[in-house]
Amino acid sequence: MAVDPSLAGRTFPPTEPYEVSREKILEFARATGSVYDGEAAPATFPIVVAFSAMTALMEDPDVGISLHRVVHGEQRFTYTRPVVAGDRLSATLTVDSLRQIGGADIIGTRSELTDADGTHVCTAFATLVHRGEDA
Amino acid sequence: MTTTFEAGQALPTQTFRVTRADLVRYAGASGDFNPIHWSDRVAGSVGLPGVIAHGMFTMALAARALDSWAGGTGRVRELGCKFTKPVVVPDDDEGVTVTVDGTVKAVTDEGVQVALEVTCGGEKVLGQPKAVLRG
Repeated sequence: MAVDPSLAGRTFPPTEPYEVSREKILEFARATGSVYDGEAAPATFPIVVAFSAMTALMEDPDVGISLHRVVHGEQRFTYTRPVVAGDRLSATLTVDSLRQIGGADIIGTRSELTDADGTHVCTAFATLVHRGEDA
Repeated sequence: MTTTFEAGQALPTQTFRVTRADLVRYAGASGDFNPIHWSDRVAGSVGLPGVIAHGMFTMALAARALDSWAGGTGRVRELGCKFTKPVVVPDDDEGVTVTVDGTVKAVTDEGVQVALEVTCGGEKVLGQPKAVLRG
């Protein structure tokens, strides 16, 4: 089953706020061998929040994505500021682009991460490659 | 510590050893429990040569190299890459080595543009990895 062509341009509701704790940042830093001095979280930490927005997209039955056919093709972050402990982050995902290449759907997503007061913290761009049945 | 960058500068090579234990720890810290990152059986069933590292784990190693070059955390303004080749991690104590090299492409008001090269076994595993650091 192909992905719903009307997906392009669609924005999903914001994810439930994620409370960033010092312990979670420390766990992530240890897992990646990164330094955490109590201030900035490691640069790729926002994936933890963006991942929940991407999961909501992939699990939406109307979208037509089979989870086991999805490969992470590309990832990019732009930061207004680093994530810090105490942040309450919410991710709002928009499908920026949708194209078909060789039986695969290439889904370009953009998740805007904002703090509790709505200010921008980081944008996570992810390209998801959804392989077709025969690919 | 403040680091001064100049265009054309080659940044010191960073090497990271990656074992199965690292992937398990990263799965827990990131919430990405896709079994291709811990089960040979599942990895084999989808045509992979074995368990592979999370692309985001490899990207986190690139971020770690950036922190090291920048002389501290929280200096990354942009970070992006394509996931072009999987990092296969054997079930032994040695694991594999991921190498991160970087070259300063430009220093502007926008920041320090760094082109990265991330390899494993002499082959590039990330496509066009690049970053912008705060100047």
